[in-house]
Formats: sequence, structure tokens, C-alpha cells
Amino acid sequence: MAERSFKAEVEHLRKGSGDVFTGEGILAITKALLENGVGYVGGYQGAPISHLMDVLADAEDLMSELGIRFEANASEAAAAAMLAASVHYPIRGAVTFKGSVGVNVASDALANLSSSGVNGGALVIVGEDYGEGSSIMQERSYAFAMKSQFWLLDPRPNLPSIVKAVGDGFNMSEASNTPVMLMVRIRSCHVTGSFDTTDNVPPPLPVKTALANPQRDFKRVVLPPMSYAHEHDKIDNRWPAAEKYILENGLNERFGPEAGKVGIMCLGGMYNSVIRALQRLGLADISGNTSVPLYVLNVTYPVVKSDVLDFCRDKEAVLLVEEGQPEFIEQQIGAMLYKEGASTKLEGKGIFPKAGEYTGQIMFDGLEAFVRQYAPELLPAKVLAPNSPKPQMPDLSKTVPIRPPGFCTGCPERPIFASLKLAEQELGARQITGDIGCHLFACLPPFEIGGSTMGYGLGPASNAAFDGGGERRAISILGDGGFWHNGLSSSIGNMVFNKSDSVAIIVDNYYSAATGGQDVPSSRARNKSKSTNNPISKALAGAGVEWIRQIDRTYDVTKMRETIREALTTDYKGPKVIVASSECMLNRQRREKPQRNKAIADGRRVELPRFGVDQDVCTGDHACIRLSGCPSLSLRKLDDPLRDDPVAHIDQSCVGCGNCGEVADAAILCPSFYEAKVVHNPGGFETWLAGFRRKVIAWLQDRRTSRRLTFSREGI
Amino acid sequence: MSLVLPLDAQPTDPALDGIIKLAVMAVGGQGGGVLTNWIESLARAQGYHCQATSVAGVAQRTGATIYYIEMAPGDVTTPVFSLAPSAGDVDITIAAEMMEAGRAIMRGFVTPDRTTLIASTHRMLAVSEKTVPGDGMASSEEVKAAAEVASQKLILADMDTAAVKVGSVISASLFGALAGSGALPFERAAFEEAIRAGGKGVEASLRAFAAGYDLAQSDAIEQPADPVVSKQELVAPRGPDAGRAAWASLEARIAAFPEPVRKMATAGLTKVVDFQDCAYGTEYLDRLAPLIEADCEDNKFELSSEAAKYIANAMAYDDVIRVADLKTRAQRVDRIEDEMRLGEGNVLQLTDYLHPRAEEIVGLLPEKTGRKLENDPAWMKRIDRWFNRGRRIRTDSLRGFAMLYFLGGLRKWRLRTLRHKMEQDHLNAWLQMVSGYLPDRYGMAVEILRCRRLIKGYSDTHARGLSKFDKVLSGARMVENRDDGPQWVARLREAALKEEKGGELDGALKTVESFAA
Repeated sequence: MAERSFKAEVEHLRKGSGDVFTGEGILAITKALLENGVGYVGGYQGAPISHLMDVLADAEDLMSELGIRFEANASEAAAAAMLAASVHYPIRGAVTFKGSVGVNVASDALANLSSSGVNGGALVIVGEDYGEGSSIMQERSYAFAMKSQFWLLDPRPNLPSIVKAVGDGFNMSEASNTPVMLMVRIRSCHVTGSFDTTDNVPPPLPVKTALANPQRDFKRVVLPPMSYAHEHDKIDNRWPAAEKYILENGLNERFGPEAGKVGIMCLGGMYNSVIRALQRLGLADISGNTSVPLYVLNVTYPVVKSDVLDFCRDKEAVLLVEEGQPEFIEQQIGAMLYKEGASTKLEGKGIFPKAGEYTGQIMFDGLEAFVRQYAPELLPAKVLAPNSPKPQMPDLSKTVPIRPPGFCTGCPERPIFASLKLAEQELGARQITGDIGCHLFACLPPFEIGGSTMGYGLGPASNAAFDGGGERRAISILGDGGFWHNGLSSSIGNMVFNKSDSVAIIVDNYYSAATGGQDVPSSRARNKSKSTNNPISKALAGAGVEWIRQIDRTYDVTKMRETIREALTTDYKGPKVIVASSECMLNRQRREKPQRNKAIADGRRVELPRFGVDQDVCTGDHACIRLSGCPSLSLRKLDDPLRDDPVAHIDQSCVGCGNCGEVADAAILCPSFYEAKVVHNPGGFETWLAGFRRKVIAWLQDRRTSRRLTFSREGI
Repeated sequence: MSLVLPLDAQPTDPALDGIIKLAVMAVGGQGGGVLTNWIESLARAQGYHCQATSVAGVAQRTGATIYYIEMAPGDVTTPVFSLAPSAGDVDITIAAEMMEAGRAIMRGFVTPDRTTLIASTHRMLAVSEKTVPGDGMASSEEVKAAAEVASQKLILADMDTAAVKVGSVISASLFGALAGSGALPFERAAFEEAIRAGGKGVEASLRAFAAGYDLAQSDAIEQPADPVVSKQELVAPRGPDAGRAAWASLEARIAAFPEPVRKMATAGLTKVVDFQDCAYGTEYLDRLAPLIEADCEDNKFELSSEAAKYIANAMAYDDVIRVADLKTRAQRVDRIEDEMRLGEGNVLQLTDYLHPRAEEIVGLLPEKTGRKLENDPAWMKRIDRWFNRGRRIRTDSLRGFAMLYFLGGLRKWRLRTLRHKMEQDHLNAWLQMVSGYLPDRYGMAVEILRCRRLIKGYSDTHARGLSKFDKVLSGARMVENRDDGPQWVARLREAALKEEKGGELDGALKTVESFAA
């Protein structure tokens, strides 16, 4: 079950002609797919389109009513491969994953798909994770569009434009027999707004019907000699068809006056921030009517030469707003203008920084610099000569601490890494590789474990050079998500085949947790449309791993450390794999909390555990925090003149996972930690026993206080 | 300034002033999304165009997150909104934590010409603040000072406590503060309607909303408070008559001390008497008195105050007896019941996580026996096998409590133990070093006293503290004759407190060696 449920919102997907839909971008995309007669959908989760997968999963009932097949694909490659259905059949299909890493994984299938070409509209919806808040490296999916020659849409970031782009994408794909990638940027996925809906359209040829009548078009087979023909087909037929479709249907938009000295060209996704900068410069009104000619590329690949030259004609200078690098479009337009012998000056990178996100300030500065240089007469006086100097702000850069994401309160992965750190303290530092998932947070303080992440499911594979073993065995981390995505073959298979003398720790938290708690094959939950409860240890054994240790409660730090020690010191030479399983606490709390509250309300017996620190026993050395980093384990200052340093303190958000107590025990830190279990609705005997014990204890305590001096405070 | 207006320039669209730009800075898990949904549905219900964006994903896991909302009156035709805030272009910034307010200021989302800043003063410490062995907490004061300069209107209050007090969470109190600030052109009732429309935990949210509203209406600019445990007044101790008489005479001795020393001396005396008894208190004052005598008004009795503090800390060391004593006191159970919000009819089960090692056990034995065993590896191994394992003790059960109660009752035995002897030797050597610097090297004496701060924790941590202490003291000896000697000792100590392994300390020591050799 995913972290966020869209069950309620999904009902809005039933809206028809004459209705208005209000909500998030991802829901709008789903609605547009239904309105465009899509026959099958799939994808793989990952920010920022995780929620799109969740919406699709929650809309599964509605889709099956319409005859649409939904797959939660095993990886981006699997998702892209699913589009093969549109190669030979006139069926529209859409898959979604994140860019650029998901596109990397999918690139094999995308290349073949692009070579074959398609009969039915094939749409790849990519959430481009770039800029602030991105969780991955700084690349552009654009390069893949160029190398495989599929078309790339980057619509203006508002709901009507995004919805229109879905329809345009399918039509253009069919008109040019080429798959189309619809790129939505990180914030567009969650932008809210409204659009007018139309009726949902069932697929004209449902996949079930198609299956009854198999089709095969030999021309689309990717083997010589057809594959050589495909290259010519791309250039001679598909590309011109795409350009024709773009021009005839006006996919790229023009705003502002027809003519002008200068003009701005921007990618659709950048439109709003361009308009905002123009508004601030006094060059656009609130509704976006600008006094500078604006050419918006809702289709960023291919760039239509005739259209670009037409816009640039008679302009002294044009500015291209293209974020990220390399500046693929600027290079293309530069070549077009040069070959045409045009005198129009092309500006872009230079006025804008080569690298980095175009934030509001950078956009403002870039546009201002451009207009000031080429058409200063357009700028209002207050921009030309600002009369108030910018106020001096106090510098807080040394004060405000960075706050990167980290393990949640009660996370079952924390004790794994605490154990690993303790094992390293005992047996020496190790070569450790990480993987992709929440467990990657271990490379941040306080754990600082692992450095490299080569890709999803590639943790153990990226330690392959050290598979030969040595004085200190290497360790690698792999998550359950990564295991099923690619890890079983690329990492575990690799270890087995190469007789790797190293250790892999599989972090099994029952979900694809980092992307929002989607189910994976080893999830423990029951899922009515997916097969779960397939244990990882069984898959390992099947793949040929002989040394497997299954840990069913990661919070047992002593046992966890013991097992890691065993793996690092055993005489066994082959691959050693530890499967460390405990449920993602975020998901567990969401599942259990309502049940617990109900049980308490119903008068059933419930134990609520929480941990605490005896502030007088704690000496304020913070060793426990250096092995935890739990958000609920914090510090507070004691109002005691004798104490210099703040002491540990556990706040109300503690979920009683026990990591801090376990670590204090395993690392022999201090006796400050205690577990307090509040028992709701205790039984009659239990209440009586507790009362009896309290009486005896109180008598003993009174006895002692009567013989000594007692101060008002607990411990001075 | 005379400037000819260019003909082509158009006046700025006055409707643009109608766009309200609002940023929410929060820590993942604080409910920034809920707050954003409320604001959005409020604006729409009031006939405004509204757009909200956020960056969802893994960044939300306890990291700094930002939500951004723009709205404009409904009579405007399809306004174009930005998807991200720009520096210098935000009307309302809501920060759900003090350092997030600082981050907002750093990023330019708070400017004096336009921004209403609504910030909660409470702290959620970042990992980097918590892992420092000393005190690594960032300064809320600096952020407050910056907020006063940077904002046009400032509302600063502990919105977290305001919400928790009424059984809700901070998103609701911040929404209330937004209403109370008057920064949005909507009535209070419209805000409350948005909460009702949300439909979840409505009553609790409305209570927290009201609390936040009132704080904003009173134009609160509260002093940001470090997370401090509430103060309890020290009153005369309770206990047997003889004990109280002895206490009175000790107090009388303190009354004769110079005024600036008395407060710390009383705190120190209380600590050691609480640790052992009044006789031990006498010993404390006996150790303190000669240092006070060697001190004078001109030095503001710095030496005496530091001595009062650190001698007490050294004398009230953390042994098994003290831990057991603290864990079996009546006040402890009261505090835990309070913290755990034990309700009527609930039962509390208490499990203590203890892990004694052979060293602790041997430390409890009489000096001679203890030393013998300590120097006999075979015995140490045996004792380790018997005792060294994690023990979960149910302190609410009679068996568990009785065990700790017995250990806590060994106080009278304590002065004969090996541990006590070791602590005494260490204390004496340290104080001897201090006295050695008097009267001429007063500054050195003060700094050596302060180095006691390095010794804390149990087992390995304690051992590491001791070794840092020894290292700093050895460094001190190298610079003892220099005028800037005390500053160097302070620097070494600060370096030792900065990180666990002591790498910084070793670096600082190398520097000292380089010029002292």
C-alpha cells in the first residue's frame, strides 16, 4: 500500500464533458490518458512521478472498467519494453518513470522502440528530477531524445497545457510513427489548478481483443536489413511528419507582439518563470500578456527550423531560455541561424549561467541583462534606475545548520547502520558501497557509511573489483526495491557467478519505501492485484547463494552486529548475504495507528512503548546520538549551573522502536535509557498487581528518604 | 534625478500587486502539506485563483522542505503564477521552525519592503547540532535578530507548544497565526471553514488555530528559548533531624564565602550531599575553601566559582551506586509518568537498559581486593563472563526494583570502594596541578579547573574523556609559562569538545608542540 492514497481523488477521474477538474498535475495527466483512449499504462515509481504510479494503482478499478491494462512494472526498462505493444498494434500506451535515471535504465528498450517505430501512440511520461529538491545527478533526458530520435514535449506548467500535451503526444506519435516523451518538471507534477474535462474514451482496440488476433509487421523488426532502413525512415519520413504535425497543429506557441527588435524563446516548462521575471520587469501583465515577442517551445525536440527562423527574422537579438547543460537547443538554433546566414544575435548561456537551476533571481537577472543590452527603451524607469539600494541582510550562513533528509523516527534501517558502525569500530573500517533508496542516508552523518552509488540495484555489483576478498572483506548495501529492480541479476547473480568473497546486506523494509511505500514482490502486505510475499531469501537461494542469514528484527543491534561480524570473519569464501528485515516505520505507523486508537477506544488492552532518558544519569556526551541521528532523540539544556553541555532527551514523537536502548546496550554507552510502556485498559489482575508493586516500592522509597537528606529536585 | 522616460516603456500592471506570494518552510513530517492544502482551499473558497507547488519525494524525510503558493483575485483573467519563490519577491513566509526561518532569510524569502514573517521559535535540532560532544546548538538569538531586520512584519512565537498544548500539531497553529497576522484579505471564519472542509481532526485543529490566532493578534515577538528543563526552586532539604542540622552548619560555612561564589557553592554542595552525605559535603567545602582563600575580588572570584562547580562534579562521579540510586527515587517515577502522560487507569511498565562490565563490578569492591582482581586478567575475564551482558531490568517489578534498590543502598560502602579511591586520586592530582599554578599563574589554574568538563559518560566514552583530559593537561604543561598559556588551554579544550575521536584536539596539540618544543 502506498504512502499516499488517492482513492478519493480518483473518483474525480470519472468526470465528463462540461465538468471542471481541480487538483494536482499528476491527476490531470491520468485524466488526460483516460480521455485519449489509452489502452495500457505502466511505469516505475520515483520522484517526482511516484504519485502518478500511486494514482494509476488507485485508479485500477476504473481502468479495468474501461478495458485498460495497468502494470506496476519491475523497472523502467520493463516499463519502456511494455510499449512494444504499440509497435505492431494500433493501441495507445503510456508508461511513466523518473528522469534522468529512469531514462538511463529504460534506454535499451527506448532505443529499440525508436528504431522500430510505432503504430499506436506511445507516450513516455518522464518526471524530470532536476534542480532544487532533486534526489539525483544533474543530467538531462534530452540527450536520449536526440540519440534515439523520439520526440520530446515540455508543455507549459499549467493543467490545461499539460492535459493538451497528452493528447498532442499521442496524435503526434501516431502521425510520425515515433514514440513521444512527455516531460513534466519536478514542480509541475504537484502544481495545482483546474481544467475542463471531457468524457473518458475506452480504447478502440483493447489489449484483450488484440491478443485474440495477433499482428506482426516485419518492417518493424530491429534486425538488418530493416534496422538500416529504420535510420532512413527516421530522417526521410518520421521527422518530416513530426514537423508537419507540429506546425499544422500549432504545438509551439507565440505570445506578445508579432514584430520587435528582440525576442525570447523558452522551453514550455520555463514559461511561468519567464513571465514572472517579465512581470517584475514591467514587461508583462498579470495574465502573461507581454510586450516582448515570446516563442514557447512546447515541443523541444525536434526543433522546427522553419518556425525558429521565422521567429528570429528581423530581430536584432533573441534570448534562449534553456536550463541545464549541455545547451542542446542553443547549439541547434545557433547552427540553424549560422547556416541560414542570419544576422540575428543568439543569446543564452553566457547571459544565463552555464550550470544550475534558473531560479527566480537568475531568471530576473538574465532577462533584465538581455533587455537592458538590446532594448533598454522597453524597461520602465524604476527598473532602469532603481533608487533604493538593496538592504543589507545579516549573514546567517554560519548559524543555520544544513538539514539534509535522513532516516525517519523509528526507521528499521537505523539499527542496521548502527550495528555496521559498531562492527567497523571493532573490526576496522571497510570498503562499503551503497545503493539507491532510503538506506543511502547512511552516507550522511552520523553514520557516514558508504560512498559510491552506481545505480539502482548495483550496490554489490559496484564492489565487484573487490570480490576477490582480502584482509578486510568489502561490504555492500542493497535495498529490497533495488533487489527486485535489478539487484537479483546484476548484483547477486554477479556475486554468485564470480564467487565473490564479500558481504552484501539487503535492507528489506517490506516496501519500495523511498519512493512512497509501493509494494514490491517481497512485501508482506496482501495486494489484490499483485503477487506479494515472495521472500528475498528464497530468491537468493534460487540464485545460488549458500551463505544467507535472515534477520527478522533489525532493532536487535546485538544480534545484527553479531551477524555482520560472522559474515566478515567466517571461513566461507563465497558470497555472504544478510537479509535484514523490519517494516518501514512510516508505513507501519500509518497502518497500526488507527487500529491502535480504535482498540484503545474499544476498551481493549494496548501497550504503547516509548523510550526516555534519565536526565540526571545522562552526562551529555552525545555518544548515543552519534550512533542514531533519530529525529526524536534530541537535546535539551538542564537548568543546572553545574552542567555545561545539553543532555539527551527523547520527545513525544518517539515510536518506541528501541534503537537507542539497543545501541546503548550493544555499544555499552550508558545506563540512561529506559523503555516506558503505557498499558491502556489493563486487566483487573494487572491493575491490582501494579498497585501492589507501587505500594511496596513506595514503602521502600519512604524508608530511604527518611534516612537521608532529600532535595526537591530529583538528582542534583 | 532627472531621467527621460522612454516612450516604449509600459507602466507596470497594477493588478500584479494583487498577487499574494506565500512560502512555507518546514521540516519533513511537520505537516507543511496540510497547511498548504488549507491555504489553497481557503483562497479558492474566497473566489481567488490559487496555485500551490511542492517538491515531494525523498527530500521530505526529515529534511528541510518548501511549499509555495500564489493567489490572485478572481476577477483577473487567468493569471500566470510562478512555480517557485524568488528572492525578494515573497509577501508571506511561514517558517515552522526557528532555523527554517533562518534559512528563509538566507535565501532572500524575507525582505523588509514586503514580507510578513510568521515563525515558530521552537527548535528541531539538526543532526550536526546534536552529534557534537559539547554544545553544538545553533543560536536562535542570531536568527531572531536577523528576522527583526529582514521582515516587514514579524510574528515570532512557539507555535509548536501552542498546538501541542491543545492536542494538535503545528500546522494548525501556524494557520491560525496566518489568520491573526491579517496578511491575507480573508475573515477568520473563512479560515476556520477551510479546516472544517478538510474534515480531519477538526476540533483539535480549531483549538490550535485559535491559539495561533491569538499569538499573532498580540503581535507576539517571543524570545526564542533553548530547550530547557523547567526550573525547580531549591528549598531546604527534608530528612532526619541530624542530617538537617549538619546541612545547616554547611550552609553557614557557605554564607561566610564571598558573595559571588555562594550560588555555585550551594549548587555544588547540594550535589555532593545528594550523592553521598553531609560528611562528604564537609569534604567538598574543605577542598574548596583553600582555593577561595587564594582568590580575590579583582579576579571576580572566577577561580572559586569554577572550583565550586568542577570539584562538585568530580566528587559526584557516575558509579553504579549513583545510577541505581537515581533510578529508584520516587521523583523519577513521577517524572516519567508525567512525560509519558500516563492516563487514569493506565499502568506503566518500566524497563531499564543496563550493561555492566567487569570494570564496574570490580570498582564496587574494596580497594585492595579490587586492585588485585583488576591486575589479574584471568579473574577479569571470569567476572566479565559472569556480568558483562545487556540487562533489561523491569524497574516497576519488585525483583528488578529490589536489585537496584540494594545497589543504591550501597552508598555507605562507597567510600571504601576501588572506584572511589581511583576518583580521589584523580581529583587530588588535578587539584594539585591547579594549586601549583597559584598564586602567580591564576589564569592557568582557572583553565585547568575547566578541563574537568571533558570527563563524562560511561565505559568507553568515559575512558575517551579521560584520555582527552590527560592530553589537554599535557598540552597545558607545554604552555604553562607563556602569557597566552590559558588561551591555549581553552583552545585545546574547545577542540576536544568539538568531535568524538579527538582529531581536532590532536591537530591543536601538534600546533602547541610546534612552538612550545
